[in-house]
Amino acid sequence: MVDHTNPMIRAAALALMIAMLGLAGNAARAQELTITIKDHKFQPAELRVPAKKRFTVYVVNDDPTPEEFESVSMKVEKVITGKSKGVVRIGPLDPGRYEFFGDFNQATAQGVMIAE
Amino acid sequence: MLGALVIVFREVLEAGLIIGIVLAATRGLLDRGRWVMLGILAGAAGAGIVALFAEHISEAFEGSGQELLNASVLSAAVVMLMWHNAWMARHGREMASEMAAVGRAVSAGTRPMTALAVVVGLAVLREGAEIVLFLYGIVATGTSGAALLTGGLLGIAGGAALSALTYFGLVALPTRHVFTVITVLIALLAAGMAAQAVQYFDAAGWVDVLGNRVWDSSGYLPQDGIMGRLLHTLIGYTDRPTELQLVTYLATLAAMALLTWIAAPRRTAAAAA
Repeated sequence: MVDHTNPMIRAAALALMIAMLGLAGNAARAQELTITIKDHKFQPAELRVPAKKRFTVYVVNDDPTPEEFESVSMKVEKVITGKSKGVVRIGPLDPGRYEFFGDFNQATAQGVMIAE
Repeated sequence: MLGALVIVFREVLEAGLIIGIVLAATRGLLDRGRWVMLGILAGAAGAGIVALFAEHISEAFEGSGQELLNASVLSAAVVMLMWHNAWMARHGREMASEMAAVGRAVSAGTRPMTALAVVVGLAVLREGAEIVLFLYGIVATGTSGAALLTGGLLGIAGGAALSALTYFGLVALPTRHVFTVITVLIALLAAGMAAQAVQYFDAAGWVDVLGNRVWDSSGYLPQDGIMGRLLHTLIGYTDRPTELQLVTYLATLAAMALLTWIAAPRRTAAAAA
C-alpha cells in the first residue's frame, strides 16, 4: 500500500491555516483608549468602555521593567517591555465589570473596565 | 520570592503538563528521552531569544507581533499534534505488535518523535519567554538574587513534580486503554491550543468575527483558579469562550477525528492485499 498519509495531512493542515487566515477581517475602527503603567500602577485604573462594541487599547509602559497586561475576563495577555507601548483589541463585551492586572506586579497593578 | 515562585511554577507546570503527555505518548520508543530533551533545550534557547527581542517582536505588525507570534506557535503545535495522532492511527498497531521485538527499527519511533519534540519545544518557548521577562523585571527592580533563585527553583521543582504526576498517572492506566486515552488527550490539547490561537488573532485585530461570548462559567469554575488553569492547559477550558473559540475548538476536534480516520489502515483493504 502506498503511504499517502503525509501529503494528505500536510494538505489538510495547510487548508486549515489558510482558512484561519481567511477569517481575518477588517481591523475594527472602534473607540480607542490609552492606559499608562507608571510605578507598577495603571493610570487610569478605572475606565468606561462601550458595551457590545470592539475597542482598541494602547498600553504605555513608562516603567523601565516589563509588565504583562492581563485580564482573564477580557481574554488579554500581553507583555509590554520597559519603556514601550503595546496595542490590543478587546470586545465586544457584555455590560459589566472587567478586571485587569499587571501579571508581573499584581500587588499594585490592578484596574477595572466598566462596559456599559 | 513568592512572586517568582508563583509565576515560575505556573509557567513550568503549563509546559510540564504537555511534556508529561508527550512522554506518556512515546513510552517505549527508542531515543525518546533524547528527543524530548532536545525539544526542551531548543525551546529554552528560543525563549531566551524571544525575550531578548521582545520589544522588536512587539513592535512588528503594527504592535501585534507578539500576538501573531503566539498564534503562529500555537498553530504550528496544533499541526504537529494532528500529524502525530494521524501517524499513530496508521502505525500504532504495528508498533504495538513490535513492542516486544528486540532492536526495533529506530525509524519507526523517529517520525512521531520529531513532531512531538517540536510540540515540546514550542511549549517551552512560549512559557519560558514569559519567565525570562518576568525574572528580568524582578532583577531590575532590585529583589535579592538569593530570594529570586530560591523562588525560581522551588517553582521549577513544584511544576516538575506535578508534571511527573501527570506522566505516572497516564502510564499507570491499563495498557489497552493508554493508547486511546492519550490520543483523546492530544486531540483535546490541540483543540484548546487552536481556540487560544484564534483569540490571539482576534487581539491582534486580524480576526473580527463571532466575537460574542457564548457562556460565562467563571462563577463555577474560574479559569484563573487552580482547577481552571489545569483544565485550560490540558483541554483548553475557557470560562468565557467566544463563538469563534467554540467553533474553532469543535472544528479542530472534527478535523483530528477525520484525519485519524483517513490515516487508519483499512482492515478490508489489508485483508484483500
